[in-house]
Amino acid sequence: MTEYEHYEALVVGAGPGGAAAAATFANYGIETLVLERGVEAGSKNVSGGLIYAEESAPYTIDDLFPGFREEAAERPITTYRIHNIAGSKVESFDLTRLHEHDTEWSDAVLRRKMDSWLAERVHERTRETGGGLLTDVHVNGLLREDGKIVGVTTDELDPITADVIVAADGVNSELARDAGLMDWDEPEEWFQGVKAVVDMPADVIADRFDVGEDEGAAHLFSGDLFSGVRGGGFLYTNRESLSLGTVFHLDSLVAERAEPHELLDAMLTHPLLGQWLDEDYVEVEYSAKLVPDSKKVALREPHFGRLMVVGDAAGQMQAQGPIIKGMNHAVSAGALAAEAYAQAKSRNSPEDAGTLYAKKLKREGVMQKLRPQGYELMRGITERDSVTDLVDGVLTSSVGRFGIRALSGQLERLYNTPALSSMIPDTRTPYVTLPTVIAEELGTKIRETNDVSPPDLEARIENLTYDTDIGNPHITLLDNSFEASGAAVSACPVSAVDFGGGCYREEFVRTNGSEERVVSLDTQPCVECGTCAVVADTEWTHPRGGKGVEFNQG
Amino acid sequence: MHTVVLTKGVPDFREGQVSFDEDGHLERGKTPTVMNPNDQFALEAALQTRVRHGGRVSVMSMGPPGYKEVLQEAMASVYADDLFLVSDREMAAADTWATAITLSAGIEKLGEPDIVFAGFKTADGETGHTGPQANWCLDMPLVTHVISLDVDEEEGILRAKRLVEGDIEEIETVETSLPAFVVTDPEFVPSYRSAGHRLTLKDLRKETKERAEHYEDHLTVWDHTDVNLDPDYIGLDGSPTIVSSVDPIPKAPAEREATMVDPDDSEAMDDVLEAMQSALAGDAAAAGGD
Repeated sequence: MTEYEHYEALVVGAGPGGAAAAATFANYGIETLVLERGVEAGSKNVSGGLIYAEESAPYTIDDLFPGFREEAAERPITTYRIHNIAGSKVESFDLTRLHEHDTEWSDAVLRRKMDSWLAERVHERTRETGGGLLTDVHVNGLLREDGKIVGVTTDELDPITADVIVAADGVNSELARDAGLMDWDEPEEWFQGVKAVVDMPADVIADRFDVGEDEGAAHLFSGDLFSGVRGGGFLYTNRESLSLGTVFHLDSLVAERAEPHELLDAMLTHPLLGQWLDEDYVEVEYSAKLVPDSKKVALREPHFGRLMVVGDAAGQMQAQGPIIKGMNHAVSAGALAAEAYAQAKSRNSPEDAGTLYAKKLKREGVMQKLRPQGYELMRGITERDSVTDLVDGVLTSSVGRFGIRALSGQLERLYNTPALSSMIPDTRTPYVTLPTVIAEELGTKIRETNDVSPPDLEARIENLTYDTDIGNPHITLLDNSFEASGAAVSACPVSAVDFGGGCYREEFVRTNGSEERVVSLDTQPCVECGTCAVVADTEWTHPRGGKGVEFNQG
Repeated sequence: MHTVVLTKGVPDFREGQVSFDEDGHLERGKTPTVMNPNDQFALEAALQTRVRHGGRVSVMSMGPPGYKEVLQEAMASVYADDLFLVSDREMAAADTWATAITLSAGIEKLGEPDIVFAGFKTADGETGHTGPQANWCLDMPLVTHVISLDVDEEEGILRAKRLVEGDIEEIETVETSLPAFVVTDPEFVPSYRSAGHRLTLKDLRKETKERAEHYEDHLTVWDHTDVNLDPDYIGLDGSPTIVSSVDPIPKAPAEREATMVDPDDSEAMDDVLEAMQSALAGDAAAAGGD
C-alpha cells in the first residue's frame, strides 16, 4: 500500500460550511487540513448576499467566529419588502415579520470579504492542531483503496488520505458527484442566479433607503417583469454598495430560452428601481451562481463512507418563495458533521460519523427546513400542469381578481406566514401569475423614471478578473449538436445568442452540402456557475487551483 | 540543512527607475540599487530546501554598507534566516575574481554549508563568473542552469534538472554528492507537492515579513580581517581584470516607415498581403540567384 500524506480531518472548500466544519474540528483538537481552490478564500464564491442566524439553529456563524458581524459582514437587514409588479403598477408588502421569524439577526454580506476573513481565522485555529488552510489547491476527486474512500486527489498536490473528509466544495461539488451522491441531470432541481454589485456611497444609501448607519434594506421583486420566467429579483444594501440580482428556475430559463443578463437588466431598468438607482449607475462586478433547490435535492443521507457533504454540495439551499437561506444551513451542517465525527470517534466508532451527522441534521430541524413536509405533501397536487392551469385560470378570471381584491387587507399577513412559504409550489402561479394579478388589481402606478443603462455583456465580462489556464480548458463539450447543447447559448450567464464574446456560440457548419447547426465553446469568459453542466452535454470540472475567474466582491 | 545564497545589489533597470546621462552612461547616483533579479531563483531554491528539510538559509553579499537594504529585500521577498554582508573599503572595485575570493572566505567562515546557491549572472555585469569562481575556491561539485531540485538527505545526494541550451533545448538530470554548489537558471521553479510543505511555506512567508522589518537583528557585517583576507588579494588590488571602457551600443534609428492598417478593411488587408507576397517573392528570387 502506498504511503500517502495523512491528516485526521480534511475539509474541501473554504466557504461558510467548510469554515464551520474546520473550526469545529479544531475545537475538538482534531488535526485538520482545509483545501481551497481559489487564490484566496471567497474568490470563487458568490451568493445573493444575506446570511441568517436562526434562533432555532444548532450553530450560527458568530457563535463559531466571534466578531463576524462587525468585521466580515455588511449591513444588518432591518427592512424586508416584496414588490408585486405588473407593467408599471406595483403593490408592495412589508415582509419584515416573515424575515424576522426565527431570526436572531441577518446581515448582508459580500463573499470575498467574508470568506477571506473566515479563512484567516480557520487557518490560525487549524494550525494549532497540526493542520492549516491552503489556497490554490483544486481537489478533483476521491482517492479509493479497495473500493473504499480514503482520501482525495488534487491537481497540485500528491494524494492525501484522511480519517474523515468533509466536502464543502459548493454547488458543483466534484466530490459529491464522484461519490455518486449528486448529478447534474435535471434542470428542475436547480436555480440560476446572476448578480450585479453596484457602487453606492453610504450617505446615498442612507438617503435613498431611509436607513441608519447600522441598518439595511432588502427588497424582493416578482410579477410580469421577467417575461414569464419563474423566479424573482432581489436588492440588498451593503456598506457602500448594493447587491442586485435575479434568481430563476433553471428549467424555466431553458424553456423560455431566456438570457439571464437581460432578465437582470429588466429589473435594473424597471421604473420601480428608479427611486434607488440613477444615471450614475456603476456596476463593480457581474457574477453568477447555480443554486440547488433543497426541496428536491437536499440529501437525506449526505455521507458515504468517510465522506460527509455539507452546504450547497449537499443541496442544502432553502429557496422557498421569499425565504432564501443557504449559508446558515451550511454553517449548521458543517459544524454538525465535525461534531458527529468527534462524538463517533470518542465512542470508538468513527465509521458511524456519517450516519450520526444525518441524524443530527434531522434532530436539529435542519432537514425539515430544507425539505418541508408541507411542500412534499402538496407537491403531488400543486405542481401538476392541469392544476397550475386551473389555478392560474381562476386567478386571472374575474372571480380570482375579485378574490384578490376581497383579500386585499389580509394578503400581507398571508405572505408573512412561514408555513405557507414552505408550501409554495414550483409553478408559475406564485412566481408570476399571483404577483401580477395582485399588482393589476391592487397596485399603484409608479411615477419615477429609471435612467439606468446597465453595461452590456461584453463590458461585464471585460470587467471581471481572470487567470485563464490557456491550453487547459476545464470544460469539454461532449456533444456539440444544437439539440444536445444549444440551451447553453442562452442559459449560460456569460453567453448570448448572436454574441461572439461568450462561452457558448451557435454556429452553422457546412458539410457535404448540408448545413449543420452546432455549438462551440470557449471557456475563457467562464464564471464557473455550472449551468452548462446541467443544460448541455459536457464534461465539467473546476479549473486548476488559482486559475479561472476571480471574484473581488462575490 | 544549511544553505547559503549569494546575492548582489544591482541598479534597478526597470523603466522609470533607471537613469542614464546624455552619453548613455548609467547614472549610479540617480538609480536605486535593488537585489539582482536572477538571485530570486537562488533564494527560491534555498527556501524549497529549507521547507522540505528544515535547517537554515543564510544570505550573503559583498558590497558597500548600502547593500544592507539589498539583503533586507532578499529577506522580505523570499526568505532568509540570517544575513551576512562582507563590506570593507579594501574590497572596493573588485572584479569577479576578487569578489569570488572574498565570498568564498565568507562562506568558509560560516562553516560547512550543505548547498551554496547563486543566481545566473547579475543584471549589471552579466559575466556569470562569480558563482563558479567562488566555487573554485570552495572546491565543491558544481551544477549550473538548474531548473528543479531534489535533495535526498539520507543518501547525501542532490538531484537536479538542468537546462542545456543549444540548437535544441534539452533538460539534463544530474546527481551529485553533498555539499554542492548550485547555480539556478531563471527557469527554476520550486515544487511543493505536499500539503505539509505548503503549510510550512505559508508559515515561513508570514514570519519573514515581520523579520524583514527588523532585519538588522539578523544581520552580521564582516570586514577583511573578520574573514581573514590579505588586502592584496581583494578589491582593486586583487583584481586581474579591469574594465577599460564602456561604450553604449548605438540605438536603432527611431523612425521607420510604417503604415497602420485596419484589419477590418479588406482592401487595405489585400494590399498588405500583396506587399508580403512580393517581399517573399523577392527573397525567393534572391535565393534562386545564389
